[in-house]
Amino acid sequence: MTLEIILQAVVSGLLMGLIYALIAAGLSLIFGLMNIVNFAHGEHLMLSMFSSFWLWSLLGLDPIFSIPITVLMMAICGVLTHYLLIRYILKARMLVQICATFGLSIFIRALAQFIWTPDFRSVDKPLLEGRIEIANIFIGQPQLFASLVCLFAFVILYLFVTKTETGLGLQATAQDREAAEIVGIPSNRMFAIGWAIGLGCVGVAGGMMSNYFFIFTDVGVNFALFAFVAVALGGFGSVIGCLYAGIIIGLVESLGGLLIDPSFKLLYVFAIYLLVVIYRPQGLFGRY
Amino acid sequence: MDSILSNAKLEPVWHINNKIIFLLACLALFLIIFPLFGPSSFYLHLMIMIFMYAVMAQSWNIIAGLSGQISLGHAVFFGIGAYTSSFLFVEYGITPWIGIFIGMIFSALVAVLIGIPMLRLSGHYFAIATLLIGISFQLVFQIWELVGAASGLWIPLTEGSSWFAFQFHDSKAPYYYIFLIFFILTFLFAWRLSRSKIGFRLRAIRDDYQAASSLGINVAKYKIIAYAISAIVMAPMGSLFAQYILIVDPDRMFSMEISIIVLLMTVLGGIGNIWGPLIGVAILIPVSEYSRMYLGGTGGAVDQIFYGLILMLICIFRPAGLISFFPKHILERKKQR
Amino acid sequence: MKILSIENLSKSFGGIKANHDISFDINEGEILGIIGPNGAGKSTLFDLITGYTKVDAGKIIFNNKNILGLGPDKISNLGIGRTFQKLKPFADQTLLENVMIGSFVKESNIKKARDKALEIIDFVDLIEKRHHFAGELSTGQRKRLELARAMAIEPKLLLMDEVTGGVDQKTIPGLVELIKKLKASGITIVTIEHNINIIMEISDNILALDQGQNIAFGKAKEIQNNQKVIDSYLGSVDVA
Repeated sequence: MTLEIILQAVVSGLLMGLIYALIAAGLSLIFGLMNIVNFAHGEHLMLSMFSSFWLWSLLGLDPIFSIPITVLMMAICGVLTHYLLIRYILKARMLVQICATFGLSIFIRALAQFIWTPDFRSVDKPLLEGRIEIANIFIGQPQLFASLVCLFAFVILYLFVTKTETGLGLQATAQDREAAEIVGIPSNRMFAIGWAIGLGCVGVAGGMMSNYFFIFTDVGVNFALFAFVAVALGGFGSVIGCLYAGIIIGLVESLGGLLIDPSFKLLYVFAIYLLVVIYRPQGLFGRY
Repeated sequence: MDSILSNAKLEPVWHINNKIIFLLACLALFLIIFPLFGPSSFYLHLMIMIFMYAVMAQSWNIIAGLSGQISLGHAVFFGIGAYTSSFLFVEYGITPWIGIFIGMIFSALVAVLIGIPMLRLSGHYFAIATLLIGISFQLVFQIWELVGAASGLWIPLTEGSSWFAFQFHDSKAPYYYIFLIFFILTFLFAWRLSRSKIGFRLRAIRDDYQAASSLGINVAKYKIIAYAISAIVMAPMGSLFAQYILIVDPDRMFSMEISIIVLLMTVLGGIGNIWGPLIGVAILIPVSEYSRMYLGGTGGAVDQIFYGLILMLICIFRPAGLISFFPKHILERKKQR
Repeated sequence: MKILSIENLSKSFGGIKANHDISFDINEGEILGIIGPNGAGKSTLFDLITGYTKVDAGKIIFNNKNILGLGPDKISNLGIGRTFQKLKPFADQTLLENVMIGSFVKESNIKKARDKALEIIDFVDLIEKRHHFAGELSTGQRKRLELARAMAIEPKLLLMDEVTGGVDQKTIPGLVELIKKLKASGITIVTIEHNINIIMEISDNILALDQGQNIAFGKAKEIQNNQKVIDSYLGSVDVA
């Protein structure tokens, strides 16, 4: 157990954490806007990974180039989700809202399994491959780029939400929907935009991950769970909290796998969740 | 004053009229003599599955419908029941009849342990926790050598049928009756619970927990009690199922599919009352069993496409469930949105 | 006999001092009216007394018992009932069921709880509506529902938060009569009100709050003529 091995784990955990952060940010944005937890978030991630895969497999587009298409498709998916499902359950009880997105997750996953079979896929020889070495630490190029792109997307998201007019409109709707409507911010459109951006984030993450991850219909399940924990840790509704939380989860997963046992990564993350819930339910930056 | 009180004895809201009781009695009678008509093994199996899932749906209804907390990983208690009774039998030769009770105790313990941190907070926290727990248990049991890891526990066949070992090789009829008894007992229990002080208080928590607090209700405590009761009702089904199929593995006992079906049946039928789950079961289980027969392997995925679709449609169009189509004077609960 | 004693009660939310150093006493059987502009800290005071919000500093003594730090359920078990400014009926349950849940605090038997609930529903004049779902009732009826529900716990002290708020003019006298009936039955009442006429009519004492502080306490006449209260809340008539 040399320092190098530990550093290796820290770096890889950090990189993975940035990806978790972006995925969680999408989830947090949606929740902040309309108090709905997207239980299908993992399946949306899976869809974006498959989008990337099929664009490569059928059209020969390398994932790096197909990302804009994937993001666009996920954004459209988000808008559709809002208009076809979410719109109808906005005023329903929490139970109904949970069951609705949970039903969506079951539907998407089963449909994907039916159409694409549960087989594992991967993108062969993407443009991004190979490793680089920094001070005896090996970093896979796809991983590095994926994380940097996710970080970049995260920053753009943050700037968008805090500096642009639409972004401020989103914040206003999140804080007080009726008040926002009175000053002319159409909440229905804000919600749709929120879903588009939320799933767009997932599209970026999934698109980048398709460079080096196995792509299969259940791939989203664990990511979804980690995203939920990240949102809880960061604070429901806080986008900046997701960054810290994502990184923490990435580190815990990686170091836990190294120092204790790699088979139980989910349990370490679950332990984080337990601690958050017991000691700081509002998370790091949350408003609960 | 007196006239008000004396007219109060037949409030339509929670009085089940005699017509219903008569129908139920007839139904019970029919169910009891059903095996004597010599139905095929498939139909006995179908009825057994209906009874089993009906009990599980009632269990889910207690935590979700009565108390308003959504459990997305309810299979956990099913699995605990199954593994407990099976392990005790395989390793120590303890009869499953006792194993069932020990399974109920463990389930209750797990429910309390999960409940104490998770039920204090908003429903989202709890829902997410149940997902995490459900998958964690499956993961742990897939690795845990003591209980057979991924291959699980294989319950040794006894020579011939045995009530002690709870195995019947000649016919499904004994299983049928055992499941039927649990079904009837659970139904009666759910009925009593619904009309008890606990039932009222749980509904209060469900409808407005802050108001409930102002009326002497310790919200956290009652939520945990509800979860524990729900677990206790669920666990025996795991034990019984284990004895029915004689193999206990993580994929069969902790599967997400079980959690999903249990949730779907109850929401489809109508959450919050004891009849809704029955309706959901009566519709979904035959469909599921038939599709398993005809579609075989791919049956699972196709089933779930419909489960997801139905769940979404119910949430959009009829959140109160199918039971809201029935006239309200027969039932406890009215259409809720 | 002093039933409730508040000493130096303080609560801040971030930088905002919602309640600052508030002290007052209430004698058994009295009606205390609380007035003040919006944001003065009136509902916060209720939340502190009934345990919904944690107190930063100060003491709350009820019936000679220190109730600081107790949760809302324990406080209601001890005999403090409350209604909410933003009404909280159990919408999917009937009026009778709503009130019964209150009865369960003192009565565990279902039939007896139901009978007690019916008596109270009769007391608030809503007996014909007893099987109606709470969600179907009018605002005035829902106010009575909350009142009935709070009464069902057999409180010694009842905190009412803007009971006449949002209720039409012709319903108000009925509510006022109800409050007087409650006082006659021996319950001590604290009521937050914006309707000055009502407050002046029914209160034995009035507490005026502004910006989280107790700016006046006394009988109706004194408060009416108290300059600080006039400036902050009541307003005076400008003769041009």
